[in-house]
Amino acid sequence: MEDEILKEFLAESWENLGRLDSEIVGLEKNPGDKELLASIFRTIHTIKGTCGFIGLTGLGAVAHSAENVLGKMRDGALAASQVTISPVLEAVDEIKFLLHGLEASGKEPARDNSDLIRRLDVIATGIEAALADAPVTAPLATASSVAPPAHSVPATVSVPAAAVAAEPVTAPGPAKSNGPALSANAELTGEHPTADGDGASRSVADLTIRVNVDVVDRLMNMVGELVLTRNQLLQMVRGEDESKYAAPITHLNRVTTDLQEAVMKTRMQPIGNAWSKLPRVVRDLAKTLSKQIDLMMTGAETELDRTVLDAIKDPLTHMVRNSADHGIETPAVRRAAGKPEMGTVRLNAFHEGGHVIICIEDDGAGINVDRVKQKAVQNGLITEADAARMTEKEALSLIFHAGLSTAEQVTSVSGRGVGMDVVRTQIERIGGTVELASRRGSGTTVRIKIPLTLAIVSALVVEGGGLPFAIPQLGIVELVRLGAEDRHRIEKIHDKAVFRLRNRLLPLVGLDDVLGLERKRAETDDVNIVVVQVGDDQFGLIVDEVFDTEEIVVKPVGQLLKSVPLYQGITILGDGRVIMILDVAGVAASFGGIGGQTSERDVAHEGEDDQSGTTSLLLFESQPGTMMAVPLSLVARLEEFPRSAIEQTGDRLVVQYRGNLLPLLPIEGDYRGTEVDPQPVVVFSEGAHSMGLMVSSIQDILEERLVIRMQSRRAGVLGTAIIDARATDLIDTHYYVMQANPEWFTKKPDLKPKRVLVVDDSIFFRQLVTTALENEGYRVRAVDGAKQALRCLDGGDAFDCVVSDIEMPEMSGWEFAKAVRERGWAELPLLALTSLAGANQESKAMRAGFNRFQQKFNVDRFLAAVDDMISESQPGQQEASA
Amino acid sequence: MSGTAILEQSGQASRSISSQLDYENQYVSFTVNGQLLGIPVNAVQEVLNPQAIAPVPKARPEIAGLLNLRGQIVTAVNLRRRLGLPDRPTDQPSMNVVVRHHGESFSLLVDEVGDVINVGSESLHPAPQTLDAHWKSVTVGVFRLERRLFVILNVAALLSLK
Repeated sequence: MEDEILKEFLAESWENLGRLDSEIVGLEKNPGDKELLASIFRTIHTIKGTCGFIGLTGLGAVAHSAENVLGKMRDGALAASQVTISPVLEAVDEIKFLLHGLEASGKEPARDNSDLIRRLDVIATGIEAALADAPVTAPLATASSVAPPAHSVPATVSVPAAAVAAEPVTAPGPAKSNGPALSANAELTGEHPTADGDGASRSVADLTIRVNVDVVDRLMNMVGELVLTRNQLLQMVRGEDESKYAAPITHLNRVTTDLQEAVMKTRMQPIGNAWSKLPRVVRDLAKTLSKQIDLMMTGAETELDRTVLDAIKDPLTHMVRNSADHGIETPAVRRAAGKPEMGTVRLNAFHEGGHVIICIEDDGAGINVDRVKQKAVQNGLITEADAARMTEKEALSLIFHAGLSTAEQVTSVSGRGVGMDVVRTQIERIGGTVELASRRGSGTTVRIKIPLTLAIVSALVVEGGGLPFAIPQLGIVELVRLGAEDRHRIEKIHDKAVFRLRNRLLPLVGLDDVLGLERKRAETDDVNIVVVQVGDDQFGLIVDEVFDTEEIVVKPVGQLLKSVPLYQGITILGDGRVIMILDVAGVAASFGGIGGQTSERDVAHEGEDDQSGTTSLLLFESQPGTMMAVPLSLVARLEEFPRSAIEQTGDRLVVQYRGNLLPLLPIEGDYRGTEVDPQPVVVFSEGAHSMGLMVSSIQDILEERLVIRMQSRRAGVLGTAIIDARATDLIDTHYYVMQANPEWFTKKPDLKPKRVLVVDDSIFFRQLVTTALENEGYRVRAVDGAKQALRCLDGGDAFDCVVSDIEMPEMSGWEFAKAVRERGWAELPLLALTSLAGANQESKAMRAGFNRFQQKFNVDRFLAAVDDMISESQPGQQEASA
Repeated sequence: MSGTAILEQSGQASRSISSQLDYENQYVSFTVNGQLLGIPVNAVQEVLNPQAIAPVPKARPEIAGLLNLRGQIVTAVNLRRRLGLPDRPTDQPSMNVVVRHHGESFSLLVDEVGDVINVGSESLHPAPQTLDAHWKSVTVGVFRLERRLFVILNVAALLSLK
């Protein structure tokens, strides 16, 4: 995001500055020109404003002082003369110099402009006479200010020679006094040969043009037609090896693809463009409402089509306003609730399976579900009886009804109830969905899912039930083809098919079954499985046949088909056939295989009592008549062993399995499992270690909202949940894995999963580290900056270990470590994980307060270090962070 | 009558304002299950011979599927089902009366397409009280032609499947 804003700022500033030079020169010749003066003032004012907004303090300070002088001139308090204007021109030159540096290095060059600023301020405050009396001193001062002592010029600053020469200001030479300034600039250029004489890095203004959106749209439509025609031609020559058209068509194909990509790119914009106004909106809101609100934005670089971008701008602004207005409480209320006074609104965008997901999350009061129900009853939306029966999720969905606002006081900010219903309509219009989750006291999350583009996607064409369908490539993980000899790897649990794909159980569903089509594939055929990703879950779609991947032009689903949740669009194939584009999330939801609402990872981050979303549960009998359950995601495999294969070694049961011995355990307190033959076994794995749990029978796989009603004291039981209207014990897999392999866990006597806070501004590394830790069973909270990490800690979040990057914007890892130690978390293990290298970096890290220092990124060494640090710090750490 | 006849007429319409006024009285006629039905000629984009229609699984039964009209996707509505009539034998393909509605194209699948009927000064009568409520909800009214009744359908109502 920073980059985009910066680029825009640069482009805009160059454009303005180009005009400015001639205007200032004109002003000098014609000091009475009010219009000219006003225009110059505006330009400088704009630059100053933007500098403040994006944190360019040096530039901002120069612009600010220049603006003061110009303001005085505009107001008539100061005469525009050579003496007063020269420093302004100097300031303009300085601004240019800083902009060049900024453009070249991405950072604001560090310059000491205090002298120039002081002189500008002196003029602005009316000591003009003093300057006029000593005309000789001015040029001298000028020279020294623009060519500062060499040591203060950072090496990164470079001024392209061409740019300096091209500046019109050099030619007219507005004042002799300005001469030294320019020569000083030229000298700098000479000193820094990095300036590209060949113009390879032309300034942003030279490299961008503004094009009317209609032109781009027309281009896109034409490319769409071209793609279709190309597809038709390809279809025609397919199979004709000798065709004389083959070569030109191949070429046409390549050019079309490139053209299409290029045009698509012109339409893609980072979502940050839709966000750019939000910091200001939130800041103003916070002021009006006397709240403290921090707006955090991640994933602003996520690109999407501009039509989609335009469509979500307003709903997004509305929802952020909502969060700030209704969500975040006043500091007093927050303090009373034991929360930090500063509330946080987080905006996060990322790609997921051909869609863009945008989350708006606040740590405010959450939605008062009772109040929503009450209001809905008052407004006649539902009856009292409905209200009593409603689940929390259903009640929350009432928010999307027209005319329902739960703000106790109607404020000027969010208005009265014209909110979420409009938001939802707008988002659904572009084929998106909105979901809302809220927990009383801890905040609200709105999750918007919108299509990436409305135009062209790459898709796999498959056949199911005798009909062709397209599946967007973005949602596809892999293709698996099973020959007859591998068919047995597909197993049935109750009536649900599952497939063992490497180390996980993949729920399977036939495309023909989902679509209610007649089954055309024979039992003896090879099985084609398209593994697709929905949120953090995967499932396998069994199709009859897999054809080619094609670039397809996505056409929207018509009015009469919108209600079918299985399709995200329609397309026309090269042969003219109309086929439906499957929405894999819709398919998943329709067979109830996986939740898809709130992803598993979100749940993991939120803590175990998050009640939104559903979980796939494996239901089994521990003994006939006694039902128990375990989340399917924790199950590695299901096996059946003949009784004769089970051996006794010492007091333990084992079975030979895949060349290893698999320890078997009965359910705690139910040692009757071994009465069945063959013995059904649920296999769990942690790390490299597995164990089998002997159960009486496997019953079913259910999709349930998992709410643990009662914690259990019974060993091996996590708690009791209501599943399928029955109280069912959930087993604690970790307990059993540990029981079966006590020696592996001597280092981890604590059954509670360890919590790790990961701090890294790079999404990539955050994800990498998080995944590595989660695979090891850690509970991870990942944040994108040190300040937020401190807020987590201040907010009372307890962690067993913190892993932090060093080089981060806003606050570095060094500062972070110091802050952590200063705030009294003396024992909290801190691991520096950085791309910096060298012994002095390491010792610097240790001095700052880190316990360990590791270079990015060796997973095994990293995990070993985290493990070591936690076991060393236990047990004192819990109190330390509490 | 073929589709070209209608297209020719609409071509004339764009040329002369007076004939456009005449449109007020012109209706495209077609039959479904032996019943003579019509819709205003203004509403009709074109008439097509039987087309390849791609079925859409899990769509409501009235939706016959989608067809490709020169790169444009058209949703085909089975008018028999929409009107609660029995399906046609599969060996008798349906004609397409293509209409525009809210910026989208739809094809009404009918048994046969007839002439464009100019009802002249004939007045539109409300649907008879005894007409089935479902039919009534999609009917604008009835013209009493010399030999038979001409039932005018409400295109917007036909296409709002809720």
